[in-house]
Amino acid sequence: MMSTNNTIKLTYREALKQGIRDALLKEEKSFLLGEDVGRYGGAFAVSKGLLQEFGPERIMDVPLSESGFVGAGIGAALNGMRPIVEVMTVNFSLLAMDQIVNNAATLLHMSGGQMNVPVVIRISCGIGRQLAAQHSHSWEPLFAHIPGLKVLSAGTHEDARGMLLTALQSPDPVIIFEYTFMLNTEAEIPANAGAVDISKARVRREGKDISIITYGAGVYKALDAAKELMATGVNAEVIDLRILRPLDDETIFNSVRKTHRVLLVEEAWGAVNISSEVSARIMENVFYELDAPVQRLGGVEIPIPYPKHLEDASIPQKDDIINKVTKMLQHD
Amino acid sequence: MIEFRMPSLGADMEAGTLVEWLVEPGHNVKRGDIIAVVDTQKGLIDIEVFDEGTISKLLVKENEKVPVGTLMALIKSDDEILEKKEESIPEIKTEKKKEGEQIKITEIPRGINASPLAKKMAAEKGIDLTAIKGTGEGGAITKVDVEKAITGLIAPPEEKKTAYSENIRMAVAAAMSKSNREIPHYYLETKVDMSKALVWLSEANKERPVRQRLLPVVLLIKAVARALTEVPDLNSYWENGLQKKTDINIGFVVSLRGGGLMIPAIHNADKKSVDELMAVLNDIIPRARAMKLRSSELSETTFTITNLGEGNAETVYGVIYPPQVALAGFGSITEQPWAETGMLDVRPVMNITLSADHRATDGATGSRFLMAVKNYLGEPGSL
Repeated sequence: MMSTNNTIKLTYREALKQGIRDALLKEEKSFLLGEDVGRYGGAFAVSKGLLQEFGPERIMDVPLSESGFVGAGIGAALNGMRPIVEVMTVNFSLLAMDQIVNNAATLLHMSGGQMNVPVVIRISCGIGRQLAAQHSHSWEPLFAHIPGLKVLSAGTHEDARGMLLTALQSPDPVIIFEYTFMLNTEAEIPANAGAVDISKARVRREGKDISIITYGAGVYKALDAAKELMATGVNAEVIDLRILRPLDDETIFNSVRKTHRVLLVEEAWGAVNISSEVSARIMENVFYELDAPVQRLGGVEIPIPYPKHLEDASIPQKDDIINKVTKMLQHD
Repeated sequence: MIEFRMPSLGADMEAGTLVEWLVEPGHNVKRGDIIAVVDTQKGLIDIEVFDEGTISKLLVKENEKVPVGTLMALIKSDDEILEKKEESIPEIKTEKKKEGEQIKITEIPRGINASPLAKKMAAEKGIDLTAIKGTGEGGAITKVDVEKAITGLIAPPEEKKTAYSENIRMAVAAAMSKSNREIPHYYLETKVDMSKALVWLSEANKERPVRQRLLPVVLLIKAVARALTEVPDLNSYWENGLQKKTDINIGFVVSLRGGGLMIPAIHNADKKSVDELMAVLNDIIPRARAMKLRSSELSETTFTITNLGEGNAETVYGVIYPPQVALAGFGSITEQPWAETGMLDVRPVMNITLSADHRATDGATGSRFLMAVKNYLGEPGSL
C-alpha cells in the first residue's frame, strides 16, 4: 500500500517475503530450502506463492531433519551456491547445531582458509504466542557465542525486508533471527526499501538521558516505552543492536558517552545473555562515563509458561522498561 | 608543622560546621586554648588545641561544613619558628607542604557512593565529593549532583536547620543503635548500703559553705574512678581489639530538658579530690545543658556513668557508648529491708549495675569492678 510520503505500510510477514523474493531475483545462485516452504507456503506463510513464481529448483521442500537439510545447505554453499536455509523455529535448531557449529562456523578455519561457507540460515525465534516451554525459546545468545558465525536479529520491518540480500553477499555463514510474534504487526517502511547494512547497530531513537539497548522483539517495546517516558520528561535513546555477533561496540559506546546510563533489554533468559556481554564491554571500555550502574531486563529464568498472563510476565514488557528507567533516573 | 583537624566529638559524629575562628594567623596558642567554635548535632562546641605554637594558616572558612579529620589549620610549633630564624630557605619547604595538602583535600575517600562519571567530574573540577549530597538511586552522587555543586546551586549543601534537640535525638539514636547492633552486652547488678556514705556526706557538708556542698554523685564518680584503677580492663576502648586507656575520664550522663543526652567527660577523675570533682560538676553540668562544651569534654570519655538520682527508678541497665566497653548505672536511693549479721534492718540502699562489652571482658572482671565500687561506697572515708 503506497502512502503519500513515499512509504509503504506492510506486515512483518510481508516484509520477510519481499526480502526473500528480492534475494531470489537478484542473486541467481540463491535458493530457499526448508520444511514446508514450498507447497504449503511456509509454516508461517512467509514463502506463500514463491514456489509458483520461482519453481521447485529454487523453492525446495525438505524432509523433517534439521541436521540433514542444514547440512545440505552447507554442502551447497561449499560448492558455490548461495543457499537460504529456513529452520522453522529456533526450538528445532538444536538438531542442526552440530552442522552449524562444527561445519558452517568452523570449516574455514579447519581448511586453512580454503573452504568458506556462504550459507544463510533464517530462524524464527521468540516467545508470545502461547506455545509453551518447548516452543517459545529465545536462543540468540547460544548462536552469538560461536566464533565463525555472523548473527543478525531483525527487530524492525526494515531489517526483515533488507537483511537477507546483504547476508547473501557474505562469504561466511550468517544466521538471521526473525520473530514469530511480530509477523502480523504492521509498520511503514520507505517504498524503495531494500538491502541494509549488516555491520552496524542502529540508533532507532535519539535521546540524551538514558540508552535503552535492545534487539529483536525488544526494539518496538523499547520505542513505545521511550515515547511514554517522553511525557514524563525522560528523553531515552533506543539502540537496536541488529548484529549480535560481532557486536558494534562503537555505536554502543558513543551512546553511553552521551547518556551515561544504560538499560539493556532482551527476551532471552537473564543469565549469560547478549546483555551480559554488552554490559561487560561497557564496563571494560567506558566505565568512567557511567553515572549509574548498568541495568538489565531479561527473560525470567524459568521454562516459559503456557498461560497468557504468565507468559507475558516472563519477559520484559513496555511497562517494565518504563518502571526500570524511571527508577534509574529518579533523583531525591 | 602541626596539623589541626576537625575532631571527632563522639562515635556518631561525621562532620561539623566551623562557625567561628577565635584565632587568626600569627596568634600564639597553647594547650587548652579554645581556637574555634564548631556546630555539631550536639550544639555549638568550643574546640581546643592541644599543642603550642603559632597559628600559621586557617584552611577552613567560617560556615563551611567539613568531615571529621579534615585539616582545618596549620600551627607552627615554637621549635619550627626557631629553625626558621636560623635557616634561610624555609619558603620552599612550605611550598612543598602546600602541594601535598591540596592533594589531600581533594582526595576522594574510598567507598564513597558516587558514580564513576561523578567521580571523574569531581576530580577534574577539584570538588570534594564528601561535601555533596547524592540524590541518585540509593543516595548515589551522580553527574547532576556534581553539576549542581559546580554551578554553586547547592554547594555546599545547606542542611536544613533542625532544632538541636532533634539533632541530639538522632545522634543518640545512631550511637545507641550502633551499640546494640555491635556490642554483646552482659549485665551485673548489686545492692549497696548507702547509710555510711550519706552520713559521711552530711558530716562533710557541715564544714562546707553552701556553694561547695557535696552531692552523693561525687562519691559515685570517685568510687567508680578508684574501682577502675583496680580493674583497668573496663577503662578501655574496643577498636580492633581491646585498647586500654591510661587516663580515667568519667563520662557523666546529663539529660537535657528538651530530651536527649549529653555526656561531658570528667578528666582524670581518679586523681581529683571529691571537692575538685564537685567543682567540675558545678561547672560542667550547666554548660552541658546550655550545649557549651569543649571538644575534649565530649571526645575523651573512657567510661560512662548514668545516675538516675532521687525519686526515680531503682535500677538502670545502660547501653554502652561505643567505643567504650562498659557503663555503670546507679538507681535512686530507697529505703529497703537489709539483712546483715543475722539481723533485719531498714537501710538507704542503691542498686548499682554494670553493662559491659562481652567481647572485651567477662563477668568475673565486671564483678570485681562492682564489688570494688561497693566497697568504696561502704567506706566513704577512703575516697
